[in-house]
Amino acid sequence: MQRYQQMFQRLNNEGRGAFVPFVTLGDPNPELSFEILKALVDGGADALELGIPFSDPIADGPTIQNANIRALAAGVTPAVSFELIEKIRAYAPAVPIGLLLYSNLVMAKGITKFYEQAAAAGVDSVLIADVPLHESKLFRQAAMAQNIAPIYIVPPNVDDDDLRAIASYGRGYTYLLSRAGVTGAETKAAMPTSELIARIRAYNPAPPLLGFGISAPEQVKDAIKNGAAGAISGSAIVKLIEQHQHEPELLLTKLRNFVSTMKAAT
Amino acid sequence: MSELKLNPYFGEYGGMFVPQLLVPALKQLEAAFVEAQQDPAFLAEFQQLLTEYAGRPTPLTLTRNLSPNPLVKIYLKREDLLHGGAHKTNQVLGQALLTKRMGKKEVIAETGAGQHGVATALACALLGLKCRIYMGAKDIERQQPNVFRMKLMGATVIPVTAGSGTLKDAVNEAMRDWSATYETTHYMLGTAAGPHPFPTIVRDFQRMIGEEAKQQILKAEGKLPDAVIACVGGGSNAIGIFADFIAEAGVKLIGVEPGGLGINTHQHGAALSTGSYGILHGAYTAIMQTSDGQIEESYSISAGLDYPAVGPQHTYLQQSGRAQYVAINDDEALAAFQHLAKAEGIIPALESSHAVAQALKIAAEATEPMVLLVNLSGRGDKDLAHVHSVLAAQQGGV
Repeated sequence: MQRYQQMFQRLNNEGRGAFVPFVTLGDPNPELSFEILKALVDGGADALELGIPFSDPIADGPTIQNANIRALAAGVTPAVSFELIEKIRAYAPAVPIGLLLYSNLVMAKGITKFYEQAAAAGVDSVLIADVPLHESKLFRQAAMAQNIAPIYIVPPNVDDDDLRAIASYGRGYTYLLSRAGVTGAETKAAMPTSELIARIRAYNPAPPLLGFGISAPEQVKDAIKNGAAGAISGSAIVKLIEQHQHEPELLLTKLRNFVSTMKAAT
Repeated sequence: MSELKLNPYFGEYGGMFVPQLLVPALKQLEAAFVEAQQDPAFLAEFQQLLTEYAGRPTPLTLTRNLSPNPLVKIYLKREDLLHGGAHKTNQVLGQALLTKRMGKKEVIAETGAGQHGVATALACALLGLKCRIYMGAKDIERQQPNVFRMKLMGATVIPVTAGSGTLKDAVNEAMRDWSATYETTHYMLGTAAGPHPFPTIVRDFQRMIGEEAKQQILKAEGKLPDAVIACVGGGSNAIGIFADFIAEAGVKLIGVEPGGLGINTHQHGAALSTGSYGILHGAYTAIMQTSDGQIEESYSISAGLDYPAVGPQHTYLQQSGRAQYVAINDDEALAAFQHLAKAEGIIPALESSHAVAQALKIAAEATEPMVLLVNLSGRGDKDLAHVHSVLAAQQGGV
């Protein structure tokens, strides 16, 4: 998880924020997925946030649901997902790699075994979408034992007690939710005020990255202006994959351009 | 954030595995429930609705011709006679009152067979709440009369096409909706499953089934039954009739899961019979899954039991040995459906037919006197077209 500290250190020196793209591993198939991951890195992604496809993604809107369906239909398992991570880890040794997934995939082979596999593949952080703070102890302990950063979500309705606990338990970065609801670019991010981010920062958590509904460079710029350490964009990228999955060259060009445009706004 | 007021776990099962965003809404619900349970005015209003609107207490019927063995008496707890046609009405009245207590004006719900949807729609019509109900597209097709009932009572029915288009996917969609609307909207979950506090709330709003049945059978027999038998999908009617008997060690508790085409096929909904545990819809419990942890699609002739998980208290009751869970397959349930109709003039829901089938099995093998209590959780009107077509397809028909 030291890669996050190194990344934020570098960005601090540059006086810039982070841009972190999200995609579902294996979408639309393992071969093209690896090319997609390389394109995100080549386009200038500061870190990668990656999903392992799951049958019942309750925190995701239609765009990322469809990514899960495509990847599962292409036979993508957790084992295939870890193989992809190993390959992109070798391609981009310094780029922090985070997993964003659902609890049943972590439980299936045993929590400890899951984190061992993740560490071996080169994962730096794990965020479990359906494990809230008060259910997180076993997952957090297993993560820390493997030097993997447990990531916590700060929703807009957070109270001070939870903020204090999240600041104390979280490592790597803090996932700041821009709004209620599920993932998707259909509902735009509600930009938190600089006051809210200042309130969060008062507890000195791992650097906050803003996510959910981020699809345009101005939103990245605003997030950083308001005090976030960067922004995460998922559905807008996955939408490009959905639209151009049968034109790989065009898709990869569009992805590189999208990432570099978003990065330029940091 | 305030601490939880109730234990979210049954042994190691249960919990509150939801996005952080939904935790305040679940804590608000828990607090409202705990306060309401201590508020005589709330309890009186709930009781009044149950008595004057829903038709409680429901009768206990000693069957005259059903039992294949003169040694065995089979009693039916007649939730099929409740307004709405099934036990589902009990707990939605409680949750609708909680909704108003929390100052929320809208309700979302999921439904499989449509029974919970119908119950939700009637409670919302009665208490002036606006409701929208998520229902799998496949279920909408096979449960048209219930879809029409919901609409007649003013509910909006939203088809869910994702995944298998059944109950599991309807729950997913309801949870997604709730994560954007929790401030104004209550999620009226339909069974004793899902994240805390739903398994506890639904059980306690269904426990009058067992409390009444206990008094009724004591009056009729002068003793407790040898076994209490109920079907288990998510498990609300079963936990409702079990709850007041759990402390009675001499009473066997038997839950009946949908065996579909057989539990050795993948075409069933018997989560407890598979012995596999994981997290689905907010709870750690018995679930149907692949070795990688992907949720499997369940199957049953009865849409109301077609669910790949079970409420966490049932998993605990199984693990602790207090209750036993068996599977009855489609053919056995269908035979019991017809047998009860012919023997007693009662057409049961296909769900409840699973419990009847298990009682018939136990009765046939009994070698000493025995009293069985079966929860007849719903009536079969909604299943007539489906059963008719299945029987017509089989040789000879009805």
